[in-house]
Amino acid sequence: MTGPRTSRYARDVAVVAFAQSDHLRRTDELSEVEMVMPVLHEVLAATGLKAGEIGFTCSGSSDYLAGRAFSFTMTLDGVGAWPPISESHVEMDGAWALYEAWVKIQTGEADTALVYSYGKSSPGSVRDVLTRQLDPYYLAPLWPDSVALAALQAQALIDAGETDEPALAAIAARSRADAGTNPHAQLRGAVPQGDYQVRPLRTGDCPPVGDGVAAVVLAAGDLARQLCERPAWITGIDHRIEAHGLGLRDLTDSPSTRTAAQHAGFFDAPVDTAELHAPFSSQEVVLRKALGLGDTVAVNPSGGALAANPMMAAGLIRIGEAAARIHRGASDRAVAHATSGPCLQQNLVAVLEGDRA
Amino acid sequence: MTAASPPEVLRAPLVVEFPFTRSLGPVQSAFLTGLRESVVLGVKTSDGRVVVPPVEYDPVTSEEIRDLVEVAATGTVTTWAWNDRPRPNQPLGTPFAWALVKLDGADTALLHALDAPGPDAVRTGMRVRVRWAAERTGAITDIACFEPYEDAPDAPAPAPGAGPAPHDGVFEDAVTGIVAEARLDYVYSPGRAQTAYINALSEQRTVGERCPSCHKVYVPPRGACPTCGVATTDQVEVGPAGTVTTFCIVNIKAKNLDIEVPYVYAHIALDGAGLALHGRIGGIPYDQVRMGLRVEPVWTEGGRYPDHYRPTGEPDADYDAYKELI
Repeated sequence: MTGPRTSRYARDVAVVAFAQSDHLRRTDELSEVEMVMPVLHEVLAATGLKAGEIGFTCSGSSDYLAGRAFSFTMTLDGVGAWPPISESHVEMDGAWALYEAWVKIQTGEADTALVYSYGKSSPGSVRDVLTRQLDPYYLAPLWPDSVALAALQAQALIDAGETDEPALAAIAARSRADAGTNPHAQLRGAVPQGDYQVRPLRTGDCPPVGDGVAAVVLAAGDLARQLCERPAWITGIDHRIEAHGLGLRDLTDSPSTRTAAQHAGFFDAPVDTAELHAPFSSQEVVLRKALGLGDTVAVNPSGGALAANPMMAAGLIRIGEAAARIHRGASDRAVAHATSGPCLQQNLVAVLEGDRA
Repeated sequence: MTAASPPEVLRAPLVVEFPFTRSLGPVQSAFLTGLRESVVLGVKTSDGRVVVPPVEYDPVTSEEIRDLVEVAATGTVTTWAWNDRPRPNQPLGTPFAWALVKLDGADTALLHALDAPGPDAVRTGMRVRVRWAAERTGAITDIACFEPYEDAPDAPAPAPGAGPAPHDGVFEDAVTGIVAEARLDYVYSPGRAQTAYINALSEQRTVGERCPSCHKVYVPPRGACPTCGVATTDQVEVGPAGTVTTFCIVNIKAKNLDIEVPYVYAHIALDGAGLALHGRIGGIPYDQVRMGLRVEPVWTEGGRYPDHYRPTGEPDADYDAYKELI
């Protein structure tokens, strides 16, 4: 057995386990820790590790979603943080928590990491909540909601001849059809495109709003091989950001995704799988272009964010789904992408590879 | 001890408000003050592009940029999206288009609302102009919205080649800050464990949950044992009496709180609980409260939780009986 083909870092680090909750429109009967805990137990059980044996724990979430201050300190109760553990948190998607954990392992300060993230959007109105992440001087006072901003991007793509409404509908339909085999997805099978939410985006072009959790275990070197039959080695990972102002950017392209992909070694060899964090159908068009993905690549075989988009977890789920395909031998080299901010402002790209027989 | 069963889910409105007061840099101050005076300013980047709305640092080189220019209040739509159902706080209450507008003289586009009769009246490339708000304070909302401009007989085409004129950015009584008001409305639902706790309180009972691993009884329960990281499942009724484990004497009157000072606020370990909760001690002079004092809850008519705790009259508890709970 040979190691990962294109490793470029001090230590070989792999995703050795992935778990996620069922993603649901509402979870009123569960507090956040009650929602998170079963997924933590499941991902640890997959490795046989106990919480106390994990070298570093990192989580991603946002208090704005459920309106609960310092909610991540409450969900830490689900980890069992006694005796005291080495722990951190990002107010971002869990993909960035995974990045921090990966760096921690690269430094040699940990050999394993538990990464989890969750979003409970059901208590609030997520379209309005997300306006609070915008520039407070020029944008937030106008309350432009997340669907409106994505619709501006979609119209720019249509004007540029990059897509049209039937093509967007086809992306939505393919995603929900592929989600038919994903028991955790919120939307599966045929879902009507529906009316315009903000034209040109219809209901079907938008992600479902829901609550959900994801968790991943990372491990380095030989330990990864002990914990997982076929580890998903992270042979490249990078994240880049663009200007916040939408008027400063070409909304039909994602140069930050392309740059992150270059630094992650994505273009060095072909991939067979791409898990793209494209909450809106139109954003898949942008990401396919940025990565130059052809028809031979399976894009979002899990159904992607159009089938389940728990805020703060949907990006980590892309890494987890890509890793899970490698674990079960359905992929040899996959790319996973996560995004944050309006209209794909910030993008993370990870390349995952399995050992070759 | 009874096995926990899913209780009725409780819900309550939760309003979060955060009126941030934000200061402005020199470029933002000039821009927002300019809007108050019906003047739109941009800023020149190192390579000569005009950015509107202006930023303080070059988005490409990150150099500090301060060269202001005045651009027109007319421009061209670069992309748009029709919003049939305006949401609270958005610029217009009737259906409108969101639009990115490149003002004449600018190289970048500004996001705002465009008031148009319907989606068929909007297209990329259409000419629009600023509709100023009647009352202007130095905020992005001083632009009420954009409106179509192409049918206006006096609409001048943008002058070719003529760059926007420099502007010193100096206005009388410049705006130096904004108050960014925000209110978000939620429906709070406390989850299984806390719902059971709150429901029991309404029957004047205090119910905790036991960790199946370390057997500690959490009051109030949050559904998980933070030491073991497992779900607490078994409900345990605790109290009603308990022991003061530690306390403090409050000498400062809290705003909107109708309690005479000094009074005692204490940690109270209810009988059977694995940790102390806190409450006010009454029915005893403040300087006679002590560690080990035995207390019981006092409920007021219709109260959802004990108003305070008062001495039971029992002998004080031995230190050894509560030392692990301090």
